[in-house]
Amino acid sequence: MFLRPLSLSLALLLTTAPVFAQTAPTPPAVTPTTTPRETIEGTLSQERTVIGIPPLATASVQTVAGLRTDSLGRQIAEVIAADLERSGLYEPIGPNGVRAITRAEVQAPRFAEWQARGAENVVHGFVDAGSNGSLIVGCYLYDTALGSELVRKGFEIQPADWRRAAHKCADAIYSRLSGEAPFFDSRVAYIAESGPKGNRIKRLAIMDSDGGNHRFITNGQALAISPRFSPDYKKIVYVSYLNNRVRVFIYDVAAGSQKLVTESSNATFAPRWSPDGTQILYSMAVNGNTDIYRISANGGTPVRLTTTAGIDVGGSFSPDGRKIVFESDRSGGQQIYVMNIDGSNQQRISFGGGRAATPEWSPRGDLIAFTRMGGGEFRIGVMTPSGGGVRLLTNSWQDEAPTWSPNGRVIQFFRTTRGREGKSSLWQVDLTGVNLRRLPTPQDGSDPSWGPVLP
Amino acid sequence: MTIRKSTAMIAAITMLAVGACAKKAPDTLPPAPEGTGTDPGAGTGTGVIPGSQEDFLANVGLEGDRVFFDYDQYNVDAQDQATLQSQAQWLQRNPAVRVTLEGHADERGTRDYNIALGERRANAAKNYLASLGINPGRINVISYGKERPAELGSTEAAYAKNRRAVTVVIGQ
Repeated sequence: MFLRPLSLSLALLLTTAPVFAQTAPTPPAVTPTTTPRETIEGTLSQERTVIGIPPLATASVQTVAGLRTDSLGRQIAEVIAADLERSGLYEPIGPNGVRAITRAEVQAPRFAEWQARGAENVVHGFVDAGSNGSLIVGCYLYDTALGSELVRKGFEIQPADWRRAAHKCADAIYSRLSGEAPFFDSRVAYIAESGPKGNRIKRLAIMDSDGGNHRFITNGQALAISPRFSPDYKKIVYVSYLNNRVRVFIYDVAAGSQKLVTESSNATFAPRWSPDGTQILYSMAVNGNTDIYRISANGGTPVRLTTTAGIDVGGSFSPDGRKIVFESDRSGGQQIYVMNIDGSNQQRISFGGGRAATPEWSPRGDLIAFTRMGGGEFRIGVMTPSGGGVRLLTNSWQDEAPTWSPNGRVIQFFRTTRGREGKSSLWQVDLTGVNLRRLPTPQDGSDPSWGPVLP
Repeated sequence: MTIRKSTAMIAAITMLAVGACAKKAPDTLPPAPEGTGTDPGAGTGTGVIPGSQEDFLANVGLEGDRVFFDYDQYNVDAQDQATLQSQAQWLQRNPAVRVTLEGHADERGTRDYNIALGERRANAAKNYLASLGINPGRINVISYGKERPAELGSTEAAYAKNRRAVTVVIGQ
């Protein structure tokens, strides 16, 4: 197991000894079985694994920072159950409608009882008061048929971070059972929308991957679009129409201040981070001609990457940071191209079936998600980095701007409805095209940008 | 409906400031700038402040503040030229006025591309005004992409009104 130093900014400590001192020795590590990629498709959401998730127990009911440990036990179980259910792979039983377990039961589940309810697995856990106002959260995953422990996680957290503990538990369970990398403990930047269609108020906003911990960043006085979280979540690059200009800003989340990516009298837009957070791509229009530039996140001299007379815009780095996928209308309409990060070797990869736009490279590197435009409709699609294996995942009037989950399994995008009352909302769909869901947001939403799993 | 001004007094010139539009340049050359404005109704006796946005709209007529484009196009066609000539005449009579050209796209394009497309359209209109002798330094450009539709419907008629470049007076 891990021991991580306490990070004040995160206030989430993965810890071992204090939490599990009373438990049996750590079971031997079980290597997750990696599901071969080619067999994933079409197998999801058909047979969902039933998992019992009763409320987390507590050694004694205490109130920490205004939160009761027994209430938190139920809330954490609810978040775990919602995460697992949303993945489309699992059918939780509980925490509502199931018997509360005792603290002693956490490490001695009544397997027969859960088996009788049809649960192949059961999640048990606890929330205890820690020292100095912290909480200790533990969670376990068991196989009810084998009567064996599959996952054991413990966290010492500040009470305000209880949702993160729940997401970390859900991630550990998801990873162990699916063989996929975790993704629940991650965040999303997006644009919250309100007001009439002809004069939308668009605000930068951030939230957890499940919509929790929602926060508005900008007040809506200046139009805000196309945000991207930095890989460390400390900054957001986005476009603001502040002072009636179109410019890329870097917003510092902790400081609450922002600065220009580059000083220019020209419009700058469509910003993207490099995977290591040191570089930013942006597009700039000069006398009506748009090209893609790369600049250090700390400023300096931008490097122009495209030089064609058409619109070259957007861009997304490959996860190894060596290539950039972008869109260009140099062939007459929007299509997708790949180039090296110095701008060399520009190759078109999308062909046929209408236009292709807004490419986003999967964090796994194996696929590129994009918006397919044709027949007056936008749909979300994926293809390989060489342009093969095109699959369309959605079928609606306007689905635009895909963004990948940190594990490359799920794609979020925004869906717009047509007509005078047309509105946008955030959705997600599994890589296989199943498990389509709308994300809860306080207002309408667009331009989602999904960040990496938190450490 | 665009109010078309007479072009009889406008002489041909060869200067054409459309260098940025190499791919889809306007298909006809612009007429020459007109030296002395003689518009009879220029801000007199109506309470309208000369050089104001109100004055501009009163002179260029209904929808005379904007030019329209075909789907994913940005060429300035004959009707657009007539509209911009009318604008140029007013701008020459009000040489201290600065304007913003706002480029827009319909909702059938993706967000970032539409900002680039709106830039193209606003610049095409700006370049045409410059070719008529208007100092390009007087013309600011901003693209709103698909963020600010003029017509809210999702119909071809609405889209045709939204693919536009609008000239707005920002001061003197």
